[in-house]
Amino acid sequence: MSRMRFPLPLPLVLGAALTAIFAGLAVLSFFWTPYPVAAMDIAARLKPPSLSHWLGTDTYGHDVFSQLMVGARTSIAVALVAVGIGVAAGVPLGLWAAARRGSLLDETIMRGNDLIFAFPSLVIAILITAILGPGAVNAILAIGIFNIPVFARVTRGGALSLWTLDYIRAAQVAGKGAARISLEHVLPNIANLLIVQGTIQFSLGILAEAGLSYVGLGAQPPVPSWGRMLADSQTMISLAPLLAVFPGLAIVLTVLGLNLMGDGLRDLLDPRLRRK
Amino acid sequence: MLRYLLSRLISLVLSLIVASLVIFAVLQVVPGDPASFMLGMNASPDTMAALREQLGLNGPAPLRYLHWLAGMLHGDFGLSYTYKTPVAQLIAQRAQVSLPLTIYAMALSTLIAIPAGMVAAARRGRASDLAVMGVTQLGIAVPNFWFAMLLVLIFAIRLHWVSSGGFPGWQAGIWPNLVALTLPAIALALPQASILARVMRSALIEALHQDYLRTARAKGLTQGQAIRRHAFRNALIPVLTILGLQFSFLLAGAIIIENVFYLPGLGRLIFQAITQRDLITVQSVVMLLVAAVIVVNFLTDLAYAAVDPRLRRPG
Repeated sequence: MSRMRFPLPLPLVLGAALTAIFAGLAVLSFFWTPYPVAAMDIAARLKPPSLSHWLGTDTYGHDVFSQLMVGARTSIAVALVAVGIGVAAGVPLGLWAAARRGSLLDETIMRGNDLIFAFPSLVIAILITAILGPGAVNAILAIGIFNIPVFARVTRGGALSLWTLDYIRAAQVAGKGAARISLEHVLPNIANLLIVQGTIQFSLGILAEAGLSYVGLGAQPPVPSWGRMLADSQTMISLAPLLAVFPGLAIVLTVLGLNLMGDGLRDLLDPRLRRK
Repeated sequence: MLRYLLSRLISLVLSLIVASLVIFAVLQVVPGDPASFMLGMNASPDTMAALREQLGLNGPAPLRYLHWLAGMLHGDFGLSYTYKTPVAQLIAQRAQVSLPLTIYAMALSTLIAIPAGMVAAARRGRASDLAVMGVTQLGIAVPNFWFAMLLVLIFAIRLHWVSSGGFPGWQAGIWPNLVALTLPAIALALPQASILARVMRSALIEALHQDYLRTARAKGLTQGQAIRRHAFRNALIPVLTILGLQFSFLLAGAIIIENVFYLPGLGRLIFQAITQRDLITVQSVVMLLVAAVIVVNFLTDLAYAAVDPRLRRPG
């Protein structure tokens, strides 16, 4: 490669920037918001965007920008922990299945995965939150469960191809056990795959959280969430259409940022794709 | 072929059984007694016991499970606690909205996505490809219910072309209902069409790089002919996988979209049943949705075999 190249692909930069903006707003909301989130200024309700209220106010006189900042926190926290559940349970299962490839254990793990895949995830998420009661924690559980088979499958697929390689044979000959090989030799080499998948599941998690809180099964008031802001805006949509626009834009930009970042990371981390 | 069919059938039945067990077990842990919910706080213990008996709430769980399963096998889904009508009847009514909506959305998604993906693949790297990739990147990131709200805002509230929701019912004729389902179907179709177009594009690009395509071109076929006769069929396998998965997403998506447009479908039925603790309805509707998805996945597997003869062989 003699040609000078842009150090990083543009989608990756754009995606990382968008993600950083919303993550930054979420973190900032712990210390500062333009107005206290719970502050209601009934006199200033349904105001259009202005210098004092950057994105206007809602039906109760809440400052929309402050609500969006704290909403980012809710979305990101739910999606992040749900990815954590998927990684914590799925990756060990995938590694285990690959280490015992072809055995009954492998077969059981993979068929279990197929079964979870066969369920329409949103229907089950609705069922889970309906039974355990609506709330952020139950939304995390409902989304997280469906991340487990995704990570198990990606891990097993990546690990299987590694197990045939010579350096793993060498490690076996050197007397290392399957667990140690999985941790020391397999896991580091599939970390790329997992990072890319993690980004994708993160963005799917944000969409799922928005859907659940839109139908009233996500974070409960007074905790703001983007989905519920949209649901609340619906009755006012002809009077204050902008209230229905901003939270949706926040969701789209965050998800878009994560997707671009995932695509960019895949191109960057996969040497085979880089050559093309 | 027979062995393939048989193995798929066995896994179909197993999935259905496990799914029904999971759903039944999950709903056993729900707090709240449906009988006391139906009769109110002041009901006498005798009436309550009688109602529990009538609803089949007494008796050990495994027996109730078998009873529920056997009932469903011949179309008896139980009696709704709140509507006091057979659940099968409720489902049949509501499915008249949800099923046409799902099929409408699936048709829209396929009709948009397949040509878009083909154009993008055939003109890879050029303006039309970049446009398809840009629009689909955005389409994947848009939550369907928000897109639905924007459609209402533009076409119902601003332009007054359609009403913002509701469903006239099929006795009013086909046309008004198709109109009522159009915005919801577009909202449902957009994210799915984006995914499908991308899969179609990359599958076709993959197929275009194969040797048999070069041979076809060398034998004098034009690029278009080669795509239609050879590449398209080979690109269909990943597309079929996604189509099968999309049914599941569309059905689930319909549940949320129905709330945006106040459509009296299965989704609204589930939510009402959940808030009213009408558990037998929840249980049966969820089972039906899951079964529909499992059956569609089964049909997708069969469709693979029809498209790719290699899969028919055991192995």
